[in-house]
Amino acid sequence: MAAALCTIGGARAGADELRPYTVVGDAIPAPLTGAPGDPERGRAIVGNRQVGLCLLCHTGPFREEHFQGNLAPDLTGAGARASAGQLRLRIVDASRLNPDTIMPPYYRVDGLERVAANFRGKSILSAEQIEDVIAFLVTLKD
Amino acid sequence: MTEIAFAFRCVLSSVLIGTTLAAAGEIPMSERRSGYDMMSADTKAMQDDDTANPASLWVLEGETLWSTKTTNNKSCADCHGDTAQSMKGIAARYPAFDTKLNKPIDLGQRINLCRAEHQNATPFAPESRELLALTAFVARQSRGSPIVQDDPKMQPAIAAGRALFEQRLGQLNLSCAQCHDDNWGKQLAGSTIPQAHPTGYPIYRLEWQSLGSLQRRLRNCLFGQRTELYAFDAPEMIALEAFLMWRARGMPMDAPGVRP
Ligand code: HEC
Ligand code: HEC
Repeated sequence: MAAALCTIGGARAGADELRPYTVVGDAIPAPLTGAPGDPERGRAIVGNRQVGLCLLCHTGPFREEHFQGNLAPDLTGAGARASAGQLRLRIVDASRLNPDTIMPPYYRVDGLERVAANFRGKSILSAEQIEDVIAFLVTLKD
Repeated sequence: MTEIAFAFRCVLSSVLIGTTLAAAGEIPMSERRSGYDMMSADTKAMQDDDTANPASLWVLEGETLWSTKTTNNKSCADCHGDTAQSMKGIAARYPAFDTKLNKPIDLGQRINLCRAEHQNATPFAPESRELLALTAFVARQSRGSPIVQDDPKMQPAIAAGRALFEQRLGQLNLSCAQCHDDNWGKQLAGSTIPQAHPTGYPIYRLEWQSLGSLQRRLRNCLFGQRTELYAFDAPEMIALEAFLMWRARGMPMDAPGVRP
């Protein structure tokens, strides 16, 4: 991964303000928010089919969820395979790592086509929600 | 609920020169499978038995409407006679190019044109019970008929449909092709991703508890991607229908189908 160093100001007129972040190599090392994420809330987001949508594609350590997807790697052990910063870039905009990825860009509002009116200008998850998800994913050590 | 959420990115499909060009990831003809083929034995049995297939209610209602005279004292049957003869294979050829309107139309639009032009009657609303009933009755006559999409005048619509199919759309930035060409057979949560061949439309969808058109099914996927929906009968919808039928050319119709 070429050591890209760039800053994205998500602010577009009319769009909900996205906070700027800095990509270093294959990671976003700094949290998007001042307050640390909450792993419990993160787990709930990942498990929720209307909010995180993760289990549509991924399987993960969720015994209580019966229908999990198999389009994407198992999230079990995700926190052992990647650092918090690497996970952050993956969630924020996985297309920066793999342009052909099917994983949706959770913190991007530009470069999208024909977004439904109720979602237009909004990222899939908020900065706080992303930090919650990362706080949960880093606990998945094995 | 399998109202899946997804998205696409703005890789505008490069200019389409013709629909004979195979795109990467396209399913080889020999590996094509209908939604019916991928269903559970129970759901197949429900579809195959007319007394168990809930769509039969619409077919029966359609049969009645077929021979109902309108204000100008004309029924569909007065012009078309015995459906088993006159309508065999017709649904398998739609969308088709209407030379009078100079554009492609789907079967529902064709039925509504007949109402307006030949029956002096008001067209039925999209997804109305009557339109679904007549469409189901007509489509039933094509069971087993191979899908045909070979009119050169349809090429622009097919090409436009292919471009839409391959374009990433919506907040989730997903294209139809990413699921239906690249990941068919896999599980999207509880749903097996089919190849998206429109062999069975209109379908009785168990999740809807109702009959619905191909356009309604397409809107479900667009909604899942969080894409701004196209209006019923919008050129984009007809183009997608035309491309999907072309993609399924040669496959036998099994309408009216039952689908999960
Ligand atoms: C539409 C499908 C889809 C959705 C929804 C999705 N992902 Fe992914 N994800 C993928 C795919 C496919 C990959 C494999 C790498 C690639 O193609 O970019 C991946 C990779 C990952 C990885 C790296 C896994 C590894 O072991 O390398 C993590 C972590 C991850 N996703 C977390 C999430 C989380 C958390 C969510 C929800 C907030 C989510 N994903 C939603 C498709 C998806
Ligand atoms: C992320 C995955 C995904 C995307 C993107 C997607 N679909 Fe689907 N599609 C599905 C699934 C899953 C089903 C089956 C639903 C079920 O059985 O519950 C389906 C069903 C269908 C069917 C019905 C097939 C049958 O057997 O009757 C058609 C047609 C279809 N999709 C077309 C499209 C088109 C056109 C697009 C783009 C506008 C699209 N899909 C986008 C997942 C997707």
